[in-house]
Amino acid sequence: MTVRTDLRADATAALVASRSLPPGGGWIMPARADALRRLRAMGVPQKRDEYWRFTDPGSLVAPLPLPAEPMAPEDGEAFEGLEALRVVFTDGVFDPAASDDLALAGVEIDRLAAVAEADGHWAQDLFGVLEREGQMPVPRPLAALNTAFAPDGILIRVTGDPGRPIHIVQRHVAAASDAMLHHVVRVEPGARLTLLTSGPAAARLNKVIEVDVAEGGVFHHVRMQGRDHGRRAATHLFARVAARADFRSFTLTFNGALTRNEAIVTLAGDEARAHVAGASVGDGEFHHDDTVFVTHAAEACESRQVFKKVLRHGAVGVFQGKILVRPGAQKTDGYQLSQALLLDERSQFLAKPELEIYADDVKCSHGSTAGALDPDALFYLRSRGVTEAEAKNLLTLAFLREALDEIADERLAEDLSRRLEAWLRRRS
Amino acid sequence: MLEIKNLHVELEEEGKPILRGLDLRVEAGRVHAIMGPNGSGKSTLSYVLAGREGYAVTEGSVTLDGRDLLALEPEERAAAGLFLAFQYPVEIPGVGNMTFLRTALNAQRKARGEEEISSADFLRLVRDRARALNIDAEMLKRSVNVGFSGGEKKRNEILQMAVLQPRMCVLDETDSGLDVDAMRLVADGVNALRDEGRAFLVITHYQRLLDHIVPDVVHILADGRIVRSGGPELAREVETNGYADILAGAA
Repeated sequence: MTVRTDLRADATAALVASRSLPPGGGWIMPARADALRRLRAMGVPQKRDEYWRFTDPGSLVAPLPLPAEPMAPEDGEAFEGLEALRVVFTDGVFDPAASDDLALAGVEIDRLAAVAEADGHWAQDLFGVLEREGQMPVPRPLAALNTAFAPDGILIRVTGDPGRPIHIVQRHVAAASDAMLHHVVRVEPGARLTLLTSGPAAARLNKVIEVDVAEGGVFHHVRMQGRDHGRRAATHLFARVAARADFRSFTLTFNGALTRNEAIVTLAGDEARAHVAGASVGDGEFHHDDTVFVTHAAEACESRQVFKKVLRHGAVGVFQGKILVRPGAQKTDGYQLSQALLLDERSQFLAKPELEIYADDVKCSHGSTAGALDPDALFYLRSRGVTEAEAKNLLTLAFLREALDEIADERLAEDLSRRLEAWLRRRS
Repeated sequence: MLEIKNLHVELEEEGKPILRGLDLRVEAGRVHAIMGPNGSGKSTLSYVLAGREGYAVTEGSVTLDGRDLLALEPEERAAAGLFLAFQYPVEIPGVGNMTFLRTALNAQRKARGEEEISSADFLRLVRDRARALNIDAEMLKRSVNVGFSGGEKKRNEILQMAVLQPRMCVLDETDSGLDVDAMRLVADGVNALRDEGRAFLVITHYQRLLDHIVPDVVHILADGRIVRSGGPELAREVETNGYADILAGAA
């Protein structure tokens, strides 16, 4: 006789029991119920799962979040001074007083919670759909959990060029807040949108963004996560990129006890382009995991993954990146780079780069390195009078530069670069 | 200005002695050349002066204007007026040449208790010095030494020297990898900086650079020591007879 103990089933049951489905009607309830079925079938992730080998999901799937002290933003709010439509969530709850009117030329904007009771909505073709498609070949239970239970989020449909970005500001105020947000973006043919997101959001955040970029559409996403030290986050970005469309996502991460950012991107139409990049910096209690899965499903598409991490005082960086080239996806141009700068011997970088190619006329490359600052460069700078601390900061910023270069908008790149510099200065 | 007394230096890791009792005194306003065969300790001398790690001074002293140079960090030596033009200038991807120059200049000014230079004055200064060295705006925009040819790297070293205005300039094999035209540009750049308050130590294997930067004194370094000193004619003697004869004569 065997005693059957199923830790995964128990953990899943405990998590589901701690939640209740948000109110909603016609179009959304089937999607939520579907997602819940998916979640139950997959079960929540466990430490022994191959996909979670380097990151312990325990605190992300526990019924209650671990508390995290919110920090005052010393450098002011991200993207300050930039003309943008601001949508503010505090601890995951929409804050109408702090938000702008959800009106922008060439864009339909709704709150998920506000349209959940409606009979139908354009988002029903996407909500939970890209997430579901992204569950193959690797299960992503935390995303299914989100589709089932996220009470709110923003639904954005772009038909033109709004001329200014939408900025989702995620404030963290309560020490034990547990936020779940689900955003859906549809960029219609030839339309364009820049979406900014910033802030720690909550002590624990589970976020899903589903993005569908139609033919010739342009979607640029720039995200800043931070700076609260104790915060934890699991985010999923699902994207489907149609022919000749341009998708870019850049994430800058400061601090955080645990961050798992997954990007699941499918190049679905010929000559589409997807760039996913990130820079993260951590000092001490910091665990940052970038998990990226890019699928080339059409011809002559280009994808780039560029991830850089600066780690010190025992910080841990993880990169799992995959390029899957489907049969027929000829003339694929795939590139993947993950690098960590280890500022001391206690910090570590765990990387798993993968290529899986089923077409014969493709160009794919990947590289992964971990190393210290170049002592020759350091000496050269110091020999010109630059102090050791400043020389290290200059070289650290230089290391991150290649990732920051992936941001299309120079003003945004400069804003983030200044914040990085300030972060480094505070520590030198 | 620069005074080196009985300097003994070993490679830290191997414990291998490189300099064995080197004495040298360079006065303000003078150009001294150090020549020597490969392995005589020329580059070690330049690195020890600039404060590179990996060398152990086991005996002797180095002072700059009476200050104990060896007790200073590399950046403090720079602020005190020392400059080393590297034999192999380092490429630093991601650090712009202008940012680098400006950071260095302001760091030195700050260390000396001076005000930071204004953006306008800085730009004027760099443009002016760059023009003389035939360095264009494109080169200034690029990352430090990245994608530079050998000649461009050496000109960039001299540009840094011209912008930072050090009092004691050490040039380590600045002629290596240069064609005749590039050498003339570099030499003109150096000669333009010669003045009463500044001294140069030109380290070279070949005499040809010294046709363009004419030294006041020439020293022959062999086996970690100065074995002969003389006027510019000593450099020509090396060119004509080679090191072997001179070393045989010195022994």
